[in-house]
Amino acid sequence: MSIVLPGERVPAQHVNLKLGPGLLQASNVSSSTNRTSPSIFATRAGSLNHSANGSKWWVENNARRYVPAAQESVIGVVVQKQGEGFRVDIGSAHSANLDGLAFEGATKRNKPNLKVGSLIYARVSLAHKDMEPELECFDAQSRKAEGFGELKGGFLVRCSLRLCRQLLDPKHFLLPLLGSLFPLEIAVGLNGRLWINSQDAKCIIAIARAIEAADPDAQGMGEDDVRTLLEHP
Amino acid sequence: MRPPSPSIPEKDFLFSALKQGLRLDGREFLETRPVTLTFGPELGWVECSLGKTRVLTQVDAKMVKPPPERPFEGFITIHSELSPMASSEFELGRPSEEEVMITRMLDKVIRRSDVVDKESLCILSGQRVWHLRLNVHCLSDSGNLLDCVCLAGIVALKHFRRPDVEVVGEDVTVHPPTFRAPIPLSLHHNPYCFTFAFFSDTSLNPVLDPNLLEQRLNGGLISIALNAQRELCVVQKSGGVPLEPGDILKIVNVAAVKAKDLDAFVESRLQEDWEGRKIEIR
Repeated sequence: MSIVLPGERVPAQHVNLKLGPGLLQASNVSSSTNRTSPSIFATRAGSLNHSANGSKWWVENNARRYVPAAQESVIGVVVQKQGEGFRVDIGSAHSANLDGLAFEGATKRNKPNLKVGSLIYARVSLAHKDMEPELECFDAQSRKAEGFGELKGGFLVRCSLRLCRQLLDPKHFLLPLLGSLFPLEIAVGLNGRLWINSQDAKCIIAIARAIEAADPDAQGMGEDDVRTLLEHP
Repeated sequence: MRPPSPSIPEKDFLFSALKQGLRLDGREFLETRPVTLTFGPELGWVECSLGKTRVLTQVDAKMVKPPPERPFEGFITIHSELSPMASSEFELGRPSEEEVMITRMLDKVIRRSDVVDKESLCILSGQRVWHLRLNVHCLSDSGNLLDCVCLAGIVALKHFRRPDVEVVGEDVTVHPPTFRAPIPLSLHHNPYCFTFAFFSDTSLNPVLDPNLLEQRLNGGLISIALNAQRELCVVQKSGGVPLEPGDILKIVNVAAVKAKDLDAFVESRLQEDWEGRKIEIR
């Protein structure tokens, strides 16, 4: 596992090579020599990882500013109603567009009525670096809500991007620990935002503080430290 | 890009928590975040952090010709520009309302309240004076940048040492720090700034040292700059919900107590740092 800097060549070779975040394939147009292996470059600074058989490569880094990528679930705040849809802020450089019909069971007569300032949990359906990202509030295959849509009540916590990815890993300690201590409802957005809901304000504040403490950007507390923090507020 | 206002769940939760007397990070209403001061390799280089809000300041001095209307005084200029490094809501070249307020307040607290004794900065009247330059860089904004910036500025001025200068007749010799020990600046007093946020719902008490969400949802901010000798330097309240005189006096009293504690803390940190450096050989 080596550390790479942006612009470094990466020795990634496989028949079915899949490049994850942070790697880009440079398209070489060379007339004289026939290159068998196209050159792969890193675009972010971080540690280089690859899967066991070498077919999947990616760069793992920690950042706070989100760059949208397709098929990622994000939490957005509605900023403006625009024509048939909404403009949603997801923390990226541009606001995203969410069409009014991109909800389960929505028809032209029956569109959801989202107010400015409401939170939504959506999936990025289209993300290119020069265009505004687009969101959808249903699952791609089943066309059903599957948890996407408006988030009511609760509270929004901001955190680093690496913590969001870690929370989606079922082996991470934090969510089972929190779930064993409080009744908890949580939505993880990969843009550095988490929505949490619990029975009363004290629990929500305790959960928010535990999440901020376990953030690798801030203190990166381990399991025992978080448990002590929660038991002795 | 204007900062998006907080979402409805955040707003509702903040107000319901404040009604129950709870702040989002578990502090009391009148408790500040822990202050950390880090001193850099050079004298006058200070990084101040109030919780997650971080500011870096640096003091520089050079000799210049004074303006003809004030030949006996040196002068001090403050340079602060909020870049998107602090937060994605700031833009370079287009100062937001908050940035203008911070620049003006910093000017009032450090320049107009006469912190630095300007006559002591004079070397040769009419020809050579010291021009002090205070550079402020905001590294991270997690609420209450103003207090952090003012604190970092004052501590940097206290930490800075200027080179020793000898004047013989019309000759001015600047001694390098290796030859003669540099001299601290002569400061009249040390003002510290405290910001309180209060809310449109007047049943909620004002909150000291607001974090980012409390600052965005405030119904008004009042900033008080005073020194440890209970002398008020600046009281700034721009707009917002009207306050009773009794409330303001309560706030001023709280700020006076905090100023004393903060002054003691700053002095102890400066003392610790001074013992770790080898500036003078006795």
